Formats: sequence, structure tokens, C-alpha cells
Amino acid sequence: MPQHMIIAPILIPFVAGAMMLLYDDRQRGGKFWLSILSVVAQLLVAIELVVRAKASGDFAANQDISFYLLGDWRAPYGIVLVLDRLAAMMLVLTAVLAIPSLVYARAGWGRQGPHYYSLFQFLLVGLNGAFLTGDIFNLFVFFEILLAASYGLLLHGSGQLRVRAGMHYIAVNLAASLLFLIGVALIYGVTGTLNMGHLANLIAALPSEDRPLLHAGIAILAMAFLVKAGSWPLSFWLPTAYMAAAAPVGAMFAIMTKVGVYAILRLSMLLFGEAGGPSAGFGAGVLIALGMATILFGLLGILAAQALGRMAAHSVIISSGTVLGVTGFALAGGGPAMLAGALYYMLVSVLATGALFLLIEPMNREDGGIAAMLALTADAYGIDDLDLTEVPDTAMGIPAAMTVLGISFVLLVVMLAGLPPLPGFIGKVAMIQGLIGQSALPSGLAWGFVALLILSGFATLIGLLRIGIQTFWSGDIALPRVLALEMAPIIGLLAVLGLTSLQADAVLRYALGTARALHDTTAYSYGVFATPRAVDRPAAATEGDQP
Amino acid sequence: MEIILSLAIGVLSASGIWLVLRPRSFQVIVGLCLLSYAVNMFIFSMGRLTPGAPPIMPKGGFVDPTLYADPLPQALVLTAIVISFATTALFLVVLLASRGLTGTDHVDGKERSR
Repeated sequence: MPQHMIIAPILIPFVAGAMMLLYDDRQRGGKFWLSILSVVAQLLVAIELVVRAKASGDFAANQDISFYLLGDWRAPYGIVLVLDRLAAMMLVLTAVLAIPSLVYARAGWGRQGPHYYSLFQFLLVGLNGAFLTGDIFNLFVFFEILLAASYGLLLHGSGQLRVRAGMHYIAVNLAASLLFLIGVALIYGVTGTLNMGHLANLIAALPSEDRPLLHAGIAILAMAFLVKAGSWPLSFWLPTAYMAAAAPVGAMFAIMTKVGVYAILRLSMLLFGEAGGPSAGFGAGVLIALGMATILFGLLGILAAQALGRMAAHSVIISSGTVLGVTGFALAGGGPAMLAGALYYMLVSVLATGALFLLIEPMNREDGGIAAMLALTADAYGIDDLDLTEVPDTAMGIPAAMTVLGISFVLLVVMLAGLPPLPGFIGKVAMIQGLIGQSALPSGLAWGFVALLILSGFATLIGLLRIGIQTFWSGDIALPRVLALEMAPIIGLLAVLGLTSLQADAVLRYALGTARALHDTTAYSYGVFATPRAVDRPAAATEGDQP
Repeated sequence: MEIILSLAIGVLSASGIWLVLRPRSFQVIVGLCLLSYAVNMFIFSMGRLTPGAPPIMPKGGFVDPTLYADPLPQALVLTAIVISFATTALFLVVLLASRGLTGTDHVDGKERSR
């Protein structure tokens, strides 16, 4: 049984989602509890998988990676699932973000349209599958599953704005999927394999006349991932789509960009690491440049935005750009310490942006949000007398709802801006330390990246605090009604973030082990072939698989 | 054979790209369909063109693989067709919803002011 645990993160939400399709939406309460059950089970499985991935060889050269042969075909013929430290980490991150989002949806959004909970589970199938798979075409299939579910979720709640944003989102992603297919087909045409581990083995010994074609194929594939990651010239669809999404959906979308980042990180480290022969380091310069441009775009976007939703979307872009840039530096020989910082930063920024998306809706409720937005516009254009009608204080002093909202908001801003003592700071320091200490990198480029990183934090601080001041201190806004069911997930996410700050040492150590495993690809690329089929195992271990 | 196939892929993708860049949502969807046909044929061609050869080998004994077509791209094409068909159908529904909500078939939901 233990070896089948690897497929559980895909099967649990799949079965739960399919079961919920059988009942109509009058059974919403039951559906909610089934979803919660499924997500908590995923979290437990993911934690067990993390423990397993880090159990043996913490810093040793041969990392323990588990492989699961689907359909029991010997690699490279079948599809494999691969569990390593990075995949396990992403599984935990997905589950930790999914639980608050689900609880939040219970407060109201789950009732806005049909089959919300099923779509949510199918989104998790796609996410978990994309993190686990070791086959490029299978990655495409899981991408499509998660995209199909995300189309439904983005349109959830309907309305003109959502339908328009949804149409753009679907068109962009359909085009990106076609690029994905072209890339996959080129890679297959050149190498004759789609197994990532097998590909990593073949790449060093490829004849030199085939290499440009393979590079072209992988570059086209990377385009598809960059569209999903929200990298600069391909990210103009992102703010509108994320703004239009319902709050709990927006929170889940915070991790969807990171699927693209994950795919780029995984494939580039596997194929173009030191074992890549003449291809080693391919794309490093492009990734660094795109990462820096993306951070710059997000930074300007935050400063220019007039609404909190758009600011949150741009902070998602900044966090994507940061990890993309660091991936480029890692390909150029930046070393694992910097990459570990980036992984830690990715964990923190996904949770923080997810919580920010959840917080936007209660903050903008009643007319408080609109008043704040008007005041902000007036601020930007230097208009003093906007004739906002004086609303008398409904409660003496600072109302409790406002206090809780305000404190959560400030904590999130500090986290995203990267001020001490919160984890955003720890991640950035780890990245900057790794970057500056490297002699292998061109120092001007590294310093430029560090400057952008710090500037982006500064811009986040300015942008978000401006809107915070207008919302919480202006005093002439109505008291928003906030449900406990909406506040609990946000506080829960903040607690998890606090925990990553308190346990920063353990998390960073795990991230460092992950980064080292990413640099040393032999365990991945040869382990696939060393995995025995279930029928070849000793009879005691097979426990009645098909003959 | 190679010339015909590459011409077909080229013409399909060129018309597809032109249509995708048009402002009407129906043109966009037809463009995406044409592009997906082009991509499917491209995937198919990556298994090399072997006319008149079956993709499935007989069971047992020695077989000469050069007499058979590569079955994997055919399987990939099948998957790609199913997925692009489903997502295109979904896109069609969203297109109709947008047409109903906004009263125009412009991709931005409103006509550009002239």
C-alpha cells in the first residue's frame, strides 16, 4: 500500500469531485463537508509525502526520489509519477491554500452558481497532477484539467465583467496550449521520448545537428509556461482575469501562476543543469531578463493601480518574476543557497497573495471600498474637495471588524513588502545573500536584480499602504459587515505564515535540500529506469496488482 | 508528400493566426479551430511520414520496426483532438454568454468608438 500513496493526491480530489457531480446543488452542505474531508485528506497525504521525500539522505548526493509506474509499464514506455522534495513541497502548499479558500467559499461564494465544489476539486486534481507527473505530455493533460476547471471557476458568479475577462482568459490559454503541443511534438520528434528523466539522460549525447531543433522545441514549450506564469510580455491578461475572479477563486489562482514557474524550474534544472553537456545553461540569460522585466512591470503596475484587486494581481506578477529570475541565475551557476531562498519566498508569497485576495472582498464591501478608491484617485490627481458626504460614526471608537481587517491587512502588506520579522523578509534576505556571495555570476546583473527586488518591496509598501490608509483611516466610511467564516481563513493563513517565520530554520533547511536535489539530477534521470515493475517485485510487495 | 503536408500546416496556421487576431469573437473561435488542426497535423508529422504502414505490430516473434508507423504521435494527436474539442466547445458557450450579456460580438464586449 505505501507505494500507492503517491497517486493519492490525484485520486482523492478526483473521486470527491466526481461524486459531488451526482447530486444537485440542494445538497450544498454535504458537498462542502465532502470537499473539506477531501482537502484535509490531501493535506495529510502531502505531509506524509514530504516526510517520505526528506526521510533519507538529507544532504547526501543521492536524494531519495520515489517513482510510480502508472499502468506498470517499465520506463520510458509508460507514464511515471515522480515524488521528490520539490513536488512534495508544492503539494503541501496547494493543500494549505485550498483549505482556507474552501472555508471562505462556504460564507457565500459557493452559493453563487452551480457545481462550485466539484470544479474546485478538479482544479486540485490538475494542480496535484502537474506537480507529480514525470512525463511532458501527461503534464499537458494535467494542465488542461486545471485550466478547464479554472475556466469554470473564473466564470463562477457570472456577470458581464467576469464573462468578458473569462473570454480573454480562455482565448489566451487555448493559444498557449497549442504552443505547448508544438513544443512537445518537436521534443518527441527530435529525441523520441517524452519522459523527463529519459530526456535528461539523452540531452548530453544528442548529435549537434539535432540540438538547435530541440532547443527550439523547449523554447516554444517554455513560452506556454511563461504565459501561465504571467511573465512580462505575456502577462497582460492576468490582472483583469484575477480581478474579475471571485475572492476564493482568486486565492487559488495565486498558486496557478506558480504551476508555470514550477514547470520551468523543473524542466530547466533537469535538462540544462550541469549534466546537460553542450546545452547546459540554455535560456539562463532569457530567464534572468524576463524575470527582471516582470518584476519591473509588476512594480509599476502596483504603483499605477487604483484598486486593491489590481494591486494584488500585480503582486502575483512580482512574485512570479522573482522566482523566474532566480531560476535563470541558478541555471547560470548561482548555486543552491539562492534557489533555496527563492523557494522559501515562493511558499510565503503564494500564501500571502492568497490571503490578500481573500481580504479584498470584505474590505471593499458596502461603499467603503468605493469611497477609498475615489479618495485614492483624488489623491493621485491632487483633487482636494471631492464632496464625500459626511457619514456619522455608527460605533464609538474603532469597530472590532475594522480592527481585525486592518491588522490582517497591515501584516500582509509587511509580509509582501518583505520587512522584518515576517517571512517575506527572510526569503528575500536568503535570496540576496545567495546572489551577492556568488563569484560565478556577472556582478552587475546580480546587483541589478537585488536592487529590483528591494524596489519592488518598496513599491508594494507604498501602493498597498496608500489604499490601506484610505480604507481604514479616512473615517468617513460605513462599517463593513464581516462574517466570522470569512475572517477565520484569513487568520488561519496568517497563522501558517507566522509559523513559517518561527520555523524559518527548518523550512529553509528543507528548501536548501530541495535546491541541492534540483542541481543534482542523476537521482531523477537514472532513478526512472531503476524502478522495478510491480509484477517484477517480490510477491509479498505486490499485493494483488493485475498480472 | 512532405511538401503537401507542410503546405497544409502552413496555410492552416497562417489563416488561423490571422483570424485569432480579428476583433469578432466568432472569428477568434474559428481561428483557434484552424490553429488546432494545424498543430494536430504537426504532431502527426513528428512520427515521420510512413505511408501505408500499420501502427500496430503483430504479437510474438521478431518484427522489423521499419515496416511500421510510430503509434505514439497518433495517440498524442487523439488526446490533443479530444482536449481541444472540449475546450473549444466551452469557449463557444462563453462566447454565446458574452453575446447575450453585452449585445455585441466584439471580443471586448463593446464596439470601438469611431
